[in-house]
Amino acid sequence: MEDLTQIILGHPFFAGLDPEYGRIVCGCARNVRFEAGDYLFRAHAPANELYLLRHGRVALEVTAPERGTLTFQTLGAGEIVGLSWLIPPYRFSYDARALELVRAIAMDAACLRAKCEADHDLGYEMMKRFTPVLLRRLQATRLQILDVYGPHG
Amino acid sequence: MPTDADQLLAVTLDGLSGLIAALIRRGYRVAGPTVRDGIIGYDEIASLEDLPRGWSDEQRGGHYRLVRRDDEALFGYAVGPHSWKRYLHPPLLQLWRARRNGDATALESDPRPRERFAFIGVRSCELHAIAIQDEVFLRGRHADPHYRARRDGAVLIAVNCAVAGGTCFCASMKTGPRATAGFDIALTELITDEGHLFLAASGTDIGRELLAQTPHRNATPEQAATAEKIVDRTAQRMGRQMRSDDLHDLLLRNLDHPRWSEVADRCLSCGNCTMVCPTCFCTAVEDSSDLTGAEVSRSRRWDSCFSVDFSYLHGGSVRQSVRSRYRQWMTHKLATWHDQFGSSGCVGCGRCITWCPVGIDITEEVRAIRESGHS
Amino acid sequence: MADDPMLPRVARVRRRRRDGPQVWTLETEPEGGSLAAFAAGQFNMLTAFGVGEVPISVSGDPAEPGRLLHTIRAVGPVSTALTRLEAGAALGIRGPFGAGWPMSEAAGRDVVIVAGGLGLAPLRPALYRLLAERPRYGRIVLLYGTRGPEEILFRREIESWRRRLDIDIEVTVDHATAAWHGHVGVVTTLLARAGFDPHQALALVCGPEIMMRFAAAALGEAGVADEAIWLAVERNMKCGIGHCGHCQLGPVLVCRDGPVFRYDRLRTLLPVKEM
Repeated sequence: MEDLTQIILGHPFFAGLDPEYGRIVCGCARNVRFEAGDYLFRAHAPANELYLLRHGRVALEVTAPERGTLTFQTLGAGEIVGLSWLIPPYRFSYDARALELVRAIAMDAACLRAKCEADHDLGYEMMKRFTPVLLRRLQATRLQILDVYGPHG
Repeated sequence: MPTDADQLLAVTLDGLSGLIAALIRRGYRVAGPTVRDGIIGYDEIASLEDLPRGWSDEQRGGHYRLVRRDDEALFGYAVGPHSWKRYLHPPLLQLWRARRNGDATALESDPRPRERFAFIGVRSCELHAIAIQDEVFLRGRHADPHYRARRDGAVLIAVNCAVAGGTCFCASMKTGPRATAGFDIALTELITDEGHLFLAASGTDIGRELLAQTPHRNATPEQAATAEKIVDRTAQRMGRQMRSDDLHDLLLRNLDHPRWSEVADRCLSCGNCTMVCPTCFCTAVEDSSDLTGAEVSRSRRWDSCFSVDFSYLHGGSVRQSVRSRYRQWMTHKLATWHDQFGSSGCVGCGRCITWCPVGIDITEEVRAIRESGHS
Repeated sequence: MADDPMLPRVARVRRRRRDGPQVWTLETEPEGGSLAAFAAGQFNMLTAFGVGEVPISVSGDPAEPGRLLHTIRAVGPVSTALTRLEAGAALGIRGPFGAGWPMSEAAGRDVVIVAGGLGLAPLRPALYRLLAERPRYGRIVLLYGTRGPEEILFRREIESWRRRLDIDIEVTVDHATAAWHGHVGVVTTLLARAGFDPHQALALVCGPEIMMRFAAAALGEAGVADEAIWLAVERNMKCGIGHCGHCQLGPVLVCRDGPVFRYDRLRTLLPVKEM
């Protein structure tokens, strides 16, 4: 358990977190691994877990009948996967597939939500870490939509 | 080399006539002011008879009209729509042509004009404008051989202004009305009880040499004083004023001022201001080929930052709105010209005000931004 | 007239190679000997006879001035005509013009190259130079983003650079099918993971202007000072020598003062609408 807390506190998402909070969130965490090709989760499945990636890359995918499977983002060590854990109705929007061996910390979403609800200081701490990730993804998505490398770029 | 007052010479009409004849004899293509198409423009002249004797011009925003003077002055007007750039930096110029002969392609350019130019009636603001274009075309890392060929050896005979035009503001820009540098000969026209005279100062060796061969007397101190007074009076009667010491920072601080949108509502984006401006230098190039493709050529023509295509970048133009194009023109002229070429690009000649079809007044636009902008 | 900077030299296409959708690299040989040596980041004005002239960055090795390479995307009539020239065909060329990458400032420092789309072409001469003088520099990182895997320029060369252990290369694409196993996401997302010392790194950035603005912001967030970020901008150009006025960007003439600029010089200008 102590090791897991250290791993969590060492992940960039929780960098600088008060060790006391570290112990609290650790109660929701478990170590997981996925082989290349395994799915971390599927679109429309309940968002039961948030993943802190420690090793390996994960592709976020969407499948369209006429275009096959499209990857719109890849994520790697130090990043998080599974943003839907905090936002109702707590369902994943895309598939997340391991591109290679992936090691991660899976945080139980219901557990984490309950702890944030019980201690709003912890909840606020989580929000401060979570919203910048959302904003960065939103900005990156806008850049992709702008299609800057197209004929106008 | 400036000439001081005691070297001022007095030249009669006949003397001036002889000077023009001497220039023509020496092979110069002499250009000067002449009345044509209802304006005083610059064209080739053969004698004094071609000069606008007894004419003046009435100018205000969007308005230009020739008016009769009650004397026989040759240079009794301000400036017309032409400037000397039409000779030094012609509106259309072939840059090169290429001939294809079998497999071989040969390119040739001929930057030499057939004649050397002599300009008569160059105003002080125009001397500054020529110096500004010299900076653009000759002083950078690459010189323009076409401009150089026309500019080198050109004789500039300046005339100090006895009339302030309704849209003139050279006194504000410190570019006139007295010619202080850049001329070979500078004249001041005097019409007094003593008759019709020109006080002449030389600024260069060729100017001195030409004057030495022109019949003259030494000017009297009284004549010199009268000439001074005429130019001083012109300076005081400028039709426009524009504070110019703070323009660079003022305009660059106000790139989002609402005034740009207001002026854009009036601006027709016609580019007249850029065509009549004596310093505007922008050009476009155009390639053409004969039907067989055996001969191709490239020419360069005046372009205007008011055209949408001017800033075209594959897929679209950078400056789509009139607002941005007017802002580009004015901030370039008054502000960023300093960054690019070390001086203002405006000489206060007022042409852009006079020849704007809707009378947009650069001095007024500056005032509006200064009064309500970020200072 | 030999000293006429507007007069092109006739050159011949020696080889033409497809480098992506509508992108071709022309190897040309000026008749009567090489042009003046070029610096990484400089451009030439290329003429398709009878069609027109466009500025194109040199994409070859500065150490091999005799092998003059330009990588061109067919977007307008002139660039399209140029990309259709076959071996042996004549084109006009004049240059090199402009200020290139600040290679002398890179000595002893980490160098981060951020390229987007066709922006890798003007950066390739800098990469050649960095790799040729490898011991002079700290870490070398190339972060390259394109629209999709098809659009990746110089693919084989990137693969061969990857095999070197002294340069870190990350390639990402905006859109991909599952067949692509590399990164997907905008190039700025690679910065967070790139291993370089932001306090002594020099960043060279080239790509579409929006991408460069975001890249400069992301480099700033990573701790790189504006004075250590350099980018190459593109504007309409008719002359390449500061005489035609078309390439103005506020106080600068892009052809004469650039196309490579230190970011602090452009920081406030680039976001101004329709500047």
